[in-house]
Amino acid sequence: MDLKLNVQSSPHVRDRISTSAIMLDVIIALIPATVWGILRFGVHAAIVVAVAVISAVLSETLFNIIVKKPNTIGDLSCVVTGLILGLNMPPEVPFFVPAVGSFFAIVIVKMLFGGLGQNFMNPALAGRCFCIISFAGFMNNFTSRMSVDAYTSATPLIILKSGNEVNLFDMLFGYIPGTIGEISAICLLLGAIYLAVKKIIDLRIPILYIVSFVIFIMIFGQGKSTNINYILGEVLGGGLIFGAFFMATDYATSPITPLGKVLYGILLGVLTGIFRLFGKSGESVSYVILISNLLVPLIESFTIPTAFGKEGK
Amino acid sequence: MYTFKHGVHPDECKELAKDKPIRVVSAGKTLVFPMQQHIGAKAKPCVKVGDNVLMGQIIGEADGIISANVLSSVSGKVTAIEERLVVGGQKVESIVIENDEKYDAIKGFGVERDFNSLSNEEIIRIVKDAGIVGLGGASFPTHVKLSPKDPNKIDYILVNGAECEPYLTSDYRLMIEETETLVKGLQCMLKLFPRAKGVICVEDNKRDAYDKITKACSSISNIETALMKTKYPQGGERQLIFAITGRKINVSVLPADAGCLVDNVDTVVSIGNAVCKSTPLLRRIITLSGDAYNETANLNVRFGISYKEIVDFAGGFKVNPEKMVSGGPMMGLPIFSLDMPVSKNSSALLAFTKDPLSNQNETNCINCGRCVSACPINLVPTRMLKAAKTGNFEEYIKLNGTECITCGSCSFVCPAKKPLTPYFSYMKFAVRGYLNSKKEAK
Ligand code: SF4
Ligand code: SF4
Repeated sequence: MDLKLNVQSSPHVRDRISTSAIMLDVIIALIPATVWGILRFGVHAAIVVAVAVISAVLSETLFNIIVKKPNTIGDLSCVVTGLILGLNMPPEVPFFVPAVGSFFAIVIVKMLFGGLGQNFMNPALAGRCFCIISFAGFMNNFTSRMSVDAYTSATPLIILKSGNEVNLFDMLFGYIPGTIGEISAICLLLGAIYLAVKKIIDLRIPILYIVSFVIFIMIFGQGKSTNINYILGEVLGGGLIFGAFFMATDYATSPITPLGKVLYGILLGVLTGIFRLFGKSGESVSYVILISNLLVPLIESFTIPTAFGKEGK
Repeated sequence: MYTFKHGVHPDECKELAKDKPIRVVSAGKTLVFPMQQHIGAKAKPCVKVGDNVLMGQIIGEADGIISANVLSSVSGKVTAIEERLVVGGQKVESIVIENDEKYDAIKGFGVERDFNSLSNEEIIRIVKDAGIVGLGGASFPTHVKLSPKDPNKIDYILVNGAECEPYLTSDYRLMIEETETLVKGLQCMLKLFPRAKGVICVEDNKRDAYDKITKACSSISNIETALMKTKYPQGGERQLIFAITGRKINVSVLPADAGCLVDNVDTVVSIGNAVCKSTPLLRRIITLSGDAYNETANLNVRFGISYKEIVDFAGGFKVNPEKMVSGGPMMGLPIFSLDMPVSKNSSALLAFTKDPLSNQNETNCINCGRCVSACPINLVPTRMLKAAKTGNFEEYIKLNGTECITCGSCSFVCPAKKPLTPYFSYMKFAVRGYLNSKKEAK
């Protein structure tokens, strides 16, 4: 018997889960929101999303070719980044904007910092903020030719800020102006449930984010603290649901420690509350998550869990 | 139901061999007995080439406080004392015996004994003479374990019947087939520790074994059974102690300091055999499982028989395996040759047609935290890996990397297929070296 045996250190079995399977699940979870956005906003929106994804994939490929590394697009994380960025674009934005945004997200924010998992800011969000700063006019225009007669282009947060009531049904089901992917809370929550059931995301961050945000605006909301319409409107509007479930949960840019996740969720909620109540920009969620990303190393450093049997020592 | 926090659920794959009754493997012509089959000092050969030996005769004497006797499992003639390859990959001084196939045993072999009529010292001496070591993997000499500083401090004797590694079924078979000896063995141990309570701990995927043992010890006041959740590594010493007693120990605390003794099923059965049946430890139970075998099996194998012989005995390979493991798939050692003897520190012999690790795509760590949620010791494996890779010992120690039990849970769950546990196994030694050199520098 002549045996040729592989010799490798234990463990000798591995779970079926893989990086690409996780990314694929995130993509699947975003399908309802994507489909709804395209139904609502039409072909132009579909192309915007496609451009964002294709640009992300090409940027990563190009980068790998230039630095002579094996191509990493197989892990699908660039597709996720492109998709999230595309879904965060206004429906009528010119196509070059998502193309540039994805390039920035992948090359500058992700690859230059070492690629997958090494970036300290969420690439899609950084790409979006880059676009807002560079192409403010396009990025703040939420009118859509598909909805021109039935809906105003004022986003729910602007309506709330001016002291009026919003239509919560429309916000839940997605009959409001906004970016392509953020308008329907129901579609987003469907995706979030999928991710939670498949144990892809840890619900601690999004739930604490939303809960602490609600508590914050109830305390500091000056007279509106018991106004259900106001509170639910704030929760469902401004991309909070999208941000909480799909961006704040980004592995690379959220704490890995259990206690860190708790603190991070609360931090996000409080900061969003401050920005919403006292700031001017409607983009508070994006900025809050980016700022909090930068605090993650600090949060992690003092939340390393105590080893088993080392308690009280 | 008893359990611990975190851990993982690998496919159990126990149905492959769980219903195969234990069969005795017949010994071949030549048997090999390494002098190091245990933790501690190597045993010293006490026979010479040309000597005739009896079955059960001590051929290697325990040398030092932590050491164990090596016994011949057959009768025959010593033909050589030379270095031979063992499972870990090292060469170890070994006694080679030519089997005369008469199985002439030492005096008193197999005589029934009542443990109640024996003194504690006698029991410990019998265990020592029988060459018994922990058969659950650590191979720590059992007579040393049974003689802690203060026997009155021990209030739990835990029999580890978790068998939480996938594929393995030998402890399960023993619990079902040797229930009585198991309980007897535990009673012998309890006699040494008057304040202790014996608990036989079984995972709930072996409920029939649990029921059978519970029935067998129902009338014994100081023995209980405990059903534990099926989860890996439920059989890890620290996890088991925590699950049953709620006590937490770390790397610098002995179970005995927490009032616990933990021994695996086969060890306790061996104590029962040695004390109550005057049968020293000459064999171990080995599971042969995996998709490369024609026939899976649970085998009673005399020490000294080669792996090749037991594979042939069981019916050989269907296809030549690409990967073989001594022990379970989570913590076992990879095997590179079958030309090695079965010894006390052997374990299951798994054979896979395809190496489950051969087509894994390693990616960057995605910081998903799965390793953190899996680690039974509450560590942050991905950070430990970073520290290990960059040789940052201080950081590794700060992250409590030295507490790692190399259980493999983190590597198992990692979607990026990072070699976490292999690095941590290496760091176990590297950190020790680092700390020593630091001490010297001072
Ligand atoms: S499980 Fe793997 S990919 Fe996830 S954090 Fe740990 S090392 Fe990184
Ligand atoms: S191998 Fe070490 S770090 Fe990994 S899960 Fe087990 S104890 Fe934790």
